[in-house]
Amino acid sequence: MLVWTIYISFLGAAGLVLLPRENRRAARILALLTALAGLALALGGAAQYELRATSDTRLDLVNLPWITDLGINYHLAADGISVTLVLLTGIAAVAGVLFSWNVERRTREFFALYFALIGAVYGVFLSFDLFLLFVFYEIAIVPKYFLIAVWGSTRREYGAMKLALYSFAGSALVLVGLIAAYVVSGAQSFDLLVLAKQSFPVAFQHWAFPLVFVGFAVLAGLWPFHTWAPTGHVAAPTAASMLLAGVVMKLGAYGALRVAMLLFPEGVHYWQNWIALLAVIGIVYGGTVALVQRDLKFVIGYSSVSHMGFVLLGLMTLTQIGLSGAVLQMFSHGIIAGLLFAVVGRMIYDRAHTRQLSELEPMNLGVLAPFAAVTFVIAGAASMGLPGFSGFIAELQVLTGAWGVFPRLTILAGVGILVGIAFMVRVWIKTFFGEKQTTAQAAAIHIEPISIPERVGACLLLGTTVLIGLWPGLLLNLITPTLGSPLFQPLWQGGRP
Amino acid sequence: MNTFPLLSFLTLIPLLGGVAALLAPRHTNLARRVALAASLLALGVAALLWAMFDTGRAGYQFAEQATWVGPLGIDYRLGVDGLGLLMVGLSALITPFAILASWKIEPNARLHFALMLFLEAGLFGTFTALNFFHWFIYWELGLIPAYFLIKLWGGPQRTRAANQFLIYTLAGSVAMLLAFLAIYAATGQFDFDQLAALARNGGLTDALFDKLHGSFFTSRETLATVIFLGVFLGFAVKAPLMPFHTWLPSAYAEAPTGTAMLLTGAMSKMGVYGFLRILLPLFPAQMRAMQTPLLCLAVATIVFSAAAALAQRDLKRMVAYSSINHVGYCLLGIFAVVQLTGDTADAATDKAAALNGVMLQMFNHGLTASALFYFVGLIEQRSGGLRGLDDFGGLRKAAPVFCGLMGITLFASLGLPGLNGFVSEFLIFKGVLPLAGWAAAVSTLGLLITAIFLLTILQRVFSGPLQERWTGWKDLTIGERLTLAPVMALMLGIGICPQILVSVANPAALAMLKLF
Repeated sequence: MLVWTIYISFLGAAGLVLLPRENRRAARILALLTALAGLALALGGAAQYELRATSDTRLDLVNLPWITDLGINYHLAADGISVTLVLLTGIAAVAGVLFSWNVERRTREFFALYFALIGAVYGVFLSFDLFLLFVFYEIAIVPKYFLIAVWGSTRREYGAMKLALYSFAGSALVLVGLIAAYVVSGAQSFDLLVLAKQSFPVAFQHWAFPLVFVGFAVLAGLWPFHTWAPTGHVAAPTAASMLLAGVVMKLGAYGALRVAMLLFPEGVHYWQNWIALLAVIGIVYGGTVALVQRDLKFVIGYSSVSHMGFVLLGLMTLTQIGLSGAVLQMFSHGIIAGLLFAVVGRMIYDRAHTRQLSELEPMNLGVLAPFAAVTFVIAGAASMGLPGFSGFIAELQVLTGAWGVFPRLTILAGVGILVGIAFMVRVWIKTFFGEKQTTAQAAAIHIEPISIPERVGACLLLGTTVLIGLWPGLLLNLITPTLGSPLFQPLWQGGRP
Repeated sequence: MNTFPLLSFLTLIPLLGGVAALLAPRHTNLARRVALAASLLALGVAALLWAMFDTGRAGYQFAEQATWVGPLGIDYRLGVDGLGLLMVGLSALITPFAILASWKIEPNARLHFALMLFLEAGLFGTFTALNFFHWFIYWELGLIPAYFLIKLWGGPQRTRAANQFLIYTLAGSVAMLLAFLAIYAATGQFDFDQLAALARNGGLTDALFDKLHGSFFTSRETLATVIFLGVFLGFAVKAPLMPFHTWLPSAYAEAPTGTAMLLTGAMSKMGVYGFLRILLPLFPAQMRAMQTPLLCLAVATIVFSAAAALAQRDLKRMVAYSSINHVGYCLLGIFAVVQLTGDTADAATDKAAALNGVMLQMFNHGLTASALFYFVGLIEQRSGGLRGLDDFGGLRKAAPVFCGLMGITLFASLGLPGLNGFVSEFLIFKGVLPLAGWAAAVSTLGLLITAIFLLTILQRVFSGPLQERWTGWKDLTIGERLTLAPVMALMLGIGICPQILVSVANPAALAMLKLF
């Protein structure tokens, strides 16, 4: 069932292209149906996974020979981590469609590209053949570029180009590393399970790991390679920034975990401290920069860099609880950042036509758009990492794992949390509860009421973060056993038998 | 044993009530009524708990337990002992009082009352939860509503006050969270009792050191002290203990009346509660090691806040500082009892007296301080926003009942025998004097200054010639009298018969003494 999440998205994209150009309504409905079908399949697949996963917590979906000469297989499978992220993609896809209901310009092409991206994302999360994973990873870059360049706003060509270039540069590193691993292993296979069993020479791991890890982590917003993220997020149309923050950044983190860390366990141990340091710098730096932004969307963009820092920190703890926190943070940040971008891009920018905090301050949006205010406050509380929301459980696990390994960095990350609280409170106040004298420009603003699709989308995302915040077991029951599976054993042992 | 989950139910009432208030139609009285009904229902359940509470039994009653987050080994565990029951009762009392005090609040009454009820849910949860994981959810749940209550309905400086309040408190919370995560990383436990059991034989320090030592923490004691300070900071800000109190005067002064009542009446008790429920059992050795500096801070809190109150010209700020002063006595009592005294019967009696005093003081101060804020609110409302010490005079002639009742409250606050405040402060001093004589001696200065400024209020506002503009001052209305009646009755009742509180507090105090 999980495999069909990929196919249905690409089919949806194809179907959208075939629709008559002027029928926007049909395009929207088809898009919503495709997204819902994807979510339903993801949920069904999760249930199926719970029932049928083998003892090493993997559910093989398809394994067909593809390019036999090179030993490349069409191998799709799922473990608990894949399932978690597939669920995230399903939810984010539905929410994204709901928040793009008002796209009037080339609606059908917009959604077609949107689903091409979604399909590729599902593909990355389900690939167990690394060549296949790489192909899906590359497919995702193209629609991303066009979504931003065509439908974007502020400096969209620049943002799109920067994102594409960073992605391609990262991919190039990954490709070099992958091919090197293929050659060095001599196993004539790109299959993850085969390659992960190889003990690569230590010296090789020491240089191959940072290549592949950084190549992927560029997309996860690893400092100092994060600069595409704020500009890209800001330039992108609402749904695309929701997907960028919600899902695409997870592709990077997922790749870093699935490929770099599983293939080169000794390389991880060698570079552990340095990357953890970069992660914590990202946490503090992202938050601090967010604190002084004038454009509301930049605040959220930088907050993503900060929150993805927790993912990378969690990965670098190399403890089960830290990794479990990292995966949960991927899920949680996907939901929360998606929601924040939805409020900022759709609920505020599409109505107030500005994102400058100084211009929003006199508008009294808290009174004019109470639903947006409440949503943003709750999403902000979730983003601060207040308990009761999914982000809390994730940060709790990441920091618990980090205490035993990097006590100093843990305390620094605590400072990062505080900065995160501060910038969120600042934008709460400036955006919705400003007390500046109303200017003529602000008074002339007509705020149309929040539409039904927006309300449904907001409730979907809010409900998810609270649900996981209160019953984290729903996802932890998927993640924890997977981290205990044989595939991950070398990681815990640092590659040494 | 009753199997109905009374404590969960109690916490659920204000949560559901808050949602119901939000859903009530706009521009009607329904939201107010729903909120009042919910808070009264909660009060009823709290009264039921009080009636069913077995004072002869130490330990947690009405306990509930269920697995919550299996993979992390976290249980949902609730229960109240005497301390928890006192605090639950106090919160349940103050909330309807505060709702009545802000009955006419505008604009957006629905949101206001919903936030108040969410805050109450946070209080109930904090005072009943026995596992850090969900205890912390409730701890923070109280915060966001309080923030918005100040931010949206507060006085002219509200934005600044609310931000300061939020950032300070959250800074404390983050420090506490980090410390608890270190504890969790070391022990795999979030359960307060399990951790206390570990701490009793030094296992907590050992576990922390085994797991976290490294280049950074080289000594066993340093590491435990750092973790202790993290948790300590969370509670010290909340209570507050000097020098972490600077958020409080402006937050209380800018908060609308009802919110100020909740903040001082119940929320400041969360900090003291944390000292008793978490710090004492988990870190007795660290507290003992730092006893002298801690006592100094408590004494400074008591004396300086009283002096600061004396220097204020704004009634609400005076009451705010006096609130810090009164919480200071609680902290004084707590820091005194960690003293190692050996097993003599005398020392045990002193410690028990001090702890009883602390718990009673928490309850009594909650009652008295919220009543004082209520009176200041009434003054502000009647004078059209004035609340300066020198704006009034001679109100006694125009409003004798107002003057009489506020006078009683002021006397209760300064600890006049026969009223509630006396019993608790007497017990604290009785206990602290033999344990830490110098601290008790210096603290009496605080008592003295408190008496001075409270009497000053009485004199400046109610005596002297009646100013022309206040000749039409309205005395308390029937509604206001009815609102005050239960609180006044309790102040007198507890003063005359403190046994109603001591019988609940004492078993908890005795059990707590065995923990360290």
